[in-house]
Amino acid sequence: MKKSAREIVESSRSITRRGLMLGGIQAAVVATLGWRLKTMQLDRAHEFRLLSDGNSIKLRLLPPARGLIHDRNGIVIAGNEANYRATITREEAGDPAVVIARLRHLIPMTDTAVAALLADIGRRSAITPVVVADRLTWDQFASIAINAPALPGVTPGSGLSRSYPRGGDFAHVLGYVGPVSDYDLSKIENPDPVLMLPEFQLGKLGVEAKLEPQLRGKAGTRKVEVNSAGREMRELERIEGEQGATVQMTLDAPLQNFAIQRLGEESAAAVVLDVQTGDILASASAPTFDPNLFVRGISGADYRALMEHDHRPLADKTVQGVYPPGSTFKMVTLLAGLDAGVIDGGSHFYCPGYTTVAGRRFHCWSRGGHGSVGPVQSLERSCDVFYYELAQKLGIDRIAAMARRLGIGVRHDLPMSAIAEGIAPDRAWKKARYDQDWQVGDSINSSIGQGYVLASPLQLAVMTARVATGREVRPRLVRAIDGAAVPADAFADLGLAGAHLDIARAGMDAVMNGDRGTAGKSRIVAPEWRMAGKTGTSQVRNITAAERARGVISNDQLPWERRDHALFVCYAPVEAPRYAVSVVVEHGGGGSAVAAPVARDILLFALAGGLPPLDAYPPGQRDGIAEMQARMRLAPVPVAQAAGRARA
Amino acid sequence: MSYLDYGSDQTPTGWRKILHMNWPLVFLLAAVASAGFLMLYSVSGGRAEMWAEPQLERFGVGMVAMVALAFVPIWFWRSISVVAYLVCLGLLVLVDVVGHNAMGAQRWLDLGPVKLQPSELMKIALVLLLAAYYDWLDLGRVSRPLWVLIPVLLILTPTALVLVQPDLGTSLMLVAGGGLMMFVAGVSLWYFGAVIALVGGLVFAVMKSRGTDWQLLHDYQFRRIDTFLDPSSDPLGAGYNITQAQIALGSGGWSGRGFMQGTQSRLNFLPEKHTDFIFTTLAEEFGFIGTVSLLSLYALILAFCLYSALTNRDRFASLLTLGIAATFFLYFAVNMSMVMGLLPVVGVPLPMVSYGGTQLMILLMAFGIVQSAHVNRPR
Repeated sequence: MKKSAREIVESSRSITRRGLMLGGIQAAVVATLGWRLKTMQLDRAHEFRLLSDGNSIKLRLLPPARGLIHDRNGIVIAGNEANYRATITREEAGDPAVVIARLRHLIPMTDTAVAALLADIGRRSAITPVVVADRLTWDQFASIAINAPALPGVTPGSGLSRSYPRGGDFAHVLGYVGPVSDYDLSKIENPDPVLMLPEFQLGKLGVEAKLEPQLRGKAGTRKVEVNSAGREMRELERIEGEQGATVQMTLDAPLQNFAIQRLGEESAAAVVLDVQTGDILASASAPTFDPNLFVRGISGADYRALMEHDHRPLADKTVQGVYPPGSTFKMVTLLAGLDAGVIDGGSHFYCPGYTTVAGRRFHCWSRGGHGSVGPVQSLERSCDVFYYELAQKLGIDRIAAMARRLGIGVRHDLPMSAIAEGIAPDRAWKKARYDQDWQVGDSINSSIGQGYVLASPLQLAVMTARVATGREVRPRLVRAIDGAAVPADAFADLGLAGAHLDIARAGMDAVMNGDRGTAGKSRIVAPEWRMAGKTGTSQVRNITAAERARGVISNDQLPWERRDHALFVCYAPVEAPRYAVSVVVEHGGGGSAVAAPVARDILLFALAGGLPPLDAYPPGQRDGIAEMQARMRLAPVPVAQAAGRARA
Repeated sequence: MSYLDYGSDQTPTGWRKILHMNWPLVFLLAAVASAGFLMLYSVSGGRAEMWAEPQLERFGVGMVAMVALAFVPIWFWRSISVVAYLVCLGLLVLVDVVGHNAMGAQRWLDLGPVKLQPSELMKIALVLLLAAYYDWLDLGRVSRPLWVLIPVLLILTPTALVLVQPDLGTSLMLVAGGGLMMFVAGVSLWYFGAVIALVGGLVFAVMKSRGTDWQLLHDYQFRRIDTFLDPSSDPLGAGYNITQAQIALGSGGWSGRGFMQGTQSRLNFLPEKHTDFIFTTLAEEFGFIGTVSLLSLYALILAFCLYSALTNRDRFASLLTLGIAATFFLYFAVNMSMVMGLLPVVGVPLPMVSYGGTQLMILLMAFGIVQSAHVNRPR
């Protein structure tokens, strides 16, 4: 079909017209696209750049290394150890079962553990690392690293974990750390984001909990690039955290170790105080437990065993345990009497073995009686009747006031958990507590540290230190934080007359060194370490008149939990006191027979700065002491580390 | 006298035809394709064998095919237009019956070594047929209703076949491509106004149909519309793709993050980053300078085609050239609008850049036809 020339021109015009229109439309569209590009890429670039970075850049926290805890000599008593572990990522492992089967040639794994692990791996997303093995030895860790080509997806790694190199020695004072629980978080307002890290360890108890802010340190940060599945692709920036402060305790690791060993299998507590500074040199509660178990996640069986143990190993008996102080309380009553002017150094009371008040008979521990007893002999021979008579004249309120002055019934502020206040009872207290009026019998019981009176071993040590120095000694536990010494308080004078204190001190001296002292057997013969002390034996049951008529049953015949508590407080040297010690042996029997030798040994260890020489002991006991010292398995004392900042 | 008219007093013959090809167009196409290789290399994370190399091979084959087609005399295309259209129609029927299923749609014919996507072929065949139709038709009858109805049916028949695959994107492209052919051929603007009004009404009806038992679109298509209208309403679900694409695009800024430094694509935030969304990676890594450069290349290709068409005295050749350029235009305009959030997400690749064998080869062959029209234009 041949077209005419007119048609061709016509067609050409039409096409030109429409073609240019089309070109115009296209140009308009291209311009629109260009405009859109300009608004998005130039005008709003900043906004989109932020969104893009928010997509791909994530801030990850680096848990800080926890501050170390040193004893007073610079020995690490709570440190950090590298925790070697291996993780597996399903995406890279391919078939995790095969990889784990190979891994079992390198590290021991039980069938049940493997089954649980495989189930866990299956549940998690393919890129989430799952811990296959924790707390590997260096050899195991190295063998995994060397065999990496045969173990696709397995990554060996390490983190820091708390460790307590001295085992159970400091378990009660320091407490322990553990993973952060939901309960922990619920208690904290505005929790530090570092707490959300799965591997983070939080102080749960004791010093670890109380000094958490100092010990925690500051978290570091890591900027990482992640892909759309959340997998880390590379690290962009790393700011290391700051390790927590190094805390130096007043505790003395060798002494603490000796005290724990010396208390042995008993359910007992011992506190050693420096009477000049108030430093707690040892705070031992037996039996103890291994805090490392809690850090690693204690097994149900282990935890049940600790909970069900009748000696309550988890309780810190030095500050949480309160006991009727028994005769160790007599210094309080005596000083109250002297201070009130009710008696003086020459006063005497007659002890026929009992006294009768309001038709009720109160017995002295000595059935035959002590005859005429003055203040010094009242302590030396621990005459009860002397205090029964004194208490009636004195009244309870003045005894209670003296008790609080000497540190009993007062809460001592220390960074430890559940510190008990004890009870220094008075009229107002009984009214408030039981809505009953105070009876004279209550005063009589209280005068010898029975009845309502309750004191912790720490309070007894404080009392002893205050009697020894006449100053308001306050215990302390932290010596320095990050190398900066915590200043020791200058203790105020108690305001007690020196003559009165000397009477009490003479009585305590006589307990050890007098002719008829109740603890003469436990004396120290080295003259420069001469010690003063006071025994206490507190009943945990009432002796009924019928029982007394049948004759008091000896402790050996009673079941353990009904036996008397054995107590002893002491200080030395008598002339220039340095250390005060209190010992409580729960249901141990008699204070002089059970608690005094323990207290003496601990006191001697503190005085000697190590195992005491045998010639400090009375000659007849030296063979037995030597044998006991040889039997003890004391922890070796590491070479003292320089105090100050040590990087983990 | 421009180089385009150099020695053009006579239609060249034999090997001399190669000298008379529209070489600027060839270079522009190569430049766009090179941008494609670069981006494919980047999104594969430096593994050329993944996408960049196969794409390069197909480009090579496509270029040879383009040059070969440039030698074909223009009358040949007019002669085979009806046959080509019918063959493509047959293939579309075939693909609906025995097609290879990919991503929930039957679009592919598996022919042993090659997978053929007949809907892509149909775009070109439709252009050929409509060009031949309007070349044959008297200019005076172009706007007569009966003669308007015939091309409409020619357009809607393959559209319907593509729609049932289902492939909404390509069917809309067919309608738009055919429509532009009719526009260029001089059909009265009143028809276009009527159609636009009709489409507006239809859209309204479609939106109304949602949730009723006469629902006109798939649920996923409705969701795409929702996402288009407000991508932030579901940033992690259906709106994820478009939100991430816009973040990548916008974060490029003036000069981009640098080659292979785009975090959005390298870290897998971008969907289909080697096909439909490849433009976002270019935008992220080369910024505004890169995107405007590519847009300019596309615009230049259109300009050269337009010039070639308007200077060609053969009505068929002009229509053909304008039709193929319009199809090309639709590709990149829709793709860019889609990733920039101006249009809902429909599966349209970025021409010459997105990874895809059929699409690249067919485009190059189509430009071979444009070259043929250019070389063999009457002098």
